[in-house]
Amino acid sequence: MINPKAYLNLKIFDPDVEQVATRNGYGEGLVLAGEEDEQVVALSADLAESTRTHFFAEKFPQRFIEVGVAEQNLVTVAAGMALAGKVPFVSSFAVFSPGRNWEQIRTTVCYNDVPVKIIGSHAGLSVGPDGATHQALEDIALMRCLPNMTVISPVDSIEAKKATLAIAKFPKPCYLRLSRNKIPVVTTEDSPFKIGRAEVFHKGTDVAVIATGQMVYKALLAAKELKSSKISVRVINCHTIKPLDQELVIKAAKDCGAIVTAEDHQVTGGLGGAVAEVLSQNFPVPLRIIGIKDRFGESGESDELFTKFGLTEKAIISAIKHLLKMKKK
Amino acid sequence: MSMKISDVLQLEEKANLIRQDIIKMLYEAGSGHPAGALGMADIFAALYFHILNHDPKKPDWGKRDRLILSNGHICPALYAAMAQAGYFPLSELKTLRKLGSRLQGHPHRTALPGLENTSGPLGSGLSQAVGLALSGQMDKADWRVICLTSDGEHDEGNTWEAVMLAGKNKLHKLTAVIDRNNIQISGFTEDVMPLDNLRAKYEAFNWHVLETNGHNMQEILAVFDEVKTILKKPTVIIAHTIAGKGVSFMEGKYEWHGKTPKKEEAKLALKELEVIRSKIRKGSK
Repeated sequence: MINPKAYLNLKIFDPDVEQVATRNGYGEGLVLAGEEDEQVVALSADLAESTRTHFFAEKFPQRFIEVGVAEQNLVTVAAGMALAGKVPFVSSFAVFSPGRNWEQIRTTVCYNDVPVKIIGSHAGLSVGPDGATHQALEDIALMRCLPNMTVISPVDSIEAKKATLAIAKFPKPCYLRLSRNKIPVVTTEDSPFKIGRAEVFHKGTDVAVIATGQMVYKALLAAKELKSSKISVRVINCHTIKPLDQELVIKAAKDCGAIVTAEDHQVTGGLGGAVAEVLSQNFPVPLRIIGIKDRFGESGESDELFTKFGLTEKAIISAIKHLLKMKKK
Repeated sequence: MSMKISDVLQLEEKANLIRQDIIKMLYEAGSGHPAGALGMADIFAALYFHILNHDPKKPDWGKRDRLILSNGHICPALYAAMAQAGYFPLSELKTLRKLGSRLQGHPHRTALPGLENTSGPLGSGLSQAVGLALSGQMDKADWRVICLTSDGEHDEGNTWEAVMLAGKNKLHKLTAVIDRNNIQISGFTEDVMPLDNLRAKYEAFNWHVLETNGHNMQEILAVFDEVKTILKKPTVIIAHTIAGKGVSFMEGKYEWHGKTPKKEEAKLALKELEVIRSKIRKGSK
């Protein structure tokens, strides 16, 4: 059953569930963060509208910097502004930032230890028709391995807004991963959100699915579907990939004995990798990692791509059934 | 407030002491970059003892001028200048590059109070300086930003991205200094990747361009004074320097970019520098 303490959207399983892109929640949250703290500034690399930074730019033109198509400059200028006490939000497509400017993030943000907020929009297959060049499937891995960095991948637009407000107050480097496509609004304003704490969205004890971003909704659909076959699935929304909520992950392994992870990202180095690192050293249980299997994406509508690449409710169900068989042996 | 020296000969002596420290530190460390550090010693002396508005006893003082070192590998000069100015004891210089030292092989901001940034990977300092200057402009602050860059790191695209943005935003409190010593790690800059005409390039990006002999203290002080009169543009000072300046066998040689002196070489270098120092002292009497 749905965890009542998650205060999820009551209409999540309705066909007309509200659908909003996470980047919209970010755009809204950034304006609120700007109202709360006048040190918040925003920088764009010629993608203010696509990344929804334009709401902030319109409201606070004096605190908005347009650097042009220059992502290395984007993040290093932000590092300089953070040195002067600002809280800079830098937005671009994830493939360019943190893709192109990784070393600058490593040296001038993480090692320098300044609170720059890197917003990677259009991450994953969600970009759709633009094709593989623009589909960042490696960004979680790139950011997760950096000391001092926090990595957040929100489940929906409401959570994206909360995450934006939370990272504005968090005095460390942060990476916020956003998607382009409209996705179901799973949470409500009342749903809990705390950096570093994963949330149980669906209670269950047979298998746990630890998912991030838009894969959480597909995991909920899978849990609902399997309920009729008397399979009890725990669904965990793992919005913070680093630091990982180790306690909740280990508890899921102990309670359920088998884990599926799901993400719109390469299998290598993403959420699945993070979960595997924790479980293998603390409480090893059978694990299936659903993600992109060491290949690039391609053009197509995001729904078509999710189907083609196996990021589906069906794939989650099949992984769960496979693990249940293993458990019985 | 730091001690402010206006006497040119005294500043020259400070530069000489910085050079001697560089040789001692790099000999002790056994690895590091002498040529660029020696070449910038005069400018470091001018900055720390005359130009910068700073206080070694209060490295976090909000109104201080910000000195960003972009080409972090010349940090022996920075560390020596900071120690000479009183940021930390001179005796700590010999810990350069050693385990547990605050003087990392390339400067790390959070390791040592007084460092404004972490650097080493080339081409990212100027954009951090631009970020500082943008913040100062937003806050209508009085402090200035000075960014020391190498000529070699103008090969990096990131440098030119920063140059463009500073020109666009007319960051007149930002001053970039180019250590124009014409060498980089594998050869002469004009052979590896021709950079000239740097003046015309910066002017095209809407910067005010000044040039100075990087070893003439009077000229250095004058050019930094002139910077303050430029009110609508960022300024770049092309400082013509000699890599390895002050040590005859290192001068102008790219081979000394990243090689440290052996015992006999260090002795000889210090002897030469001491001769120069005594000449300076005679001049000051």
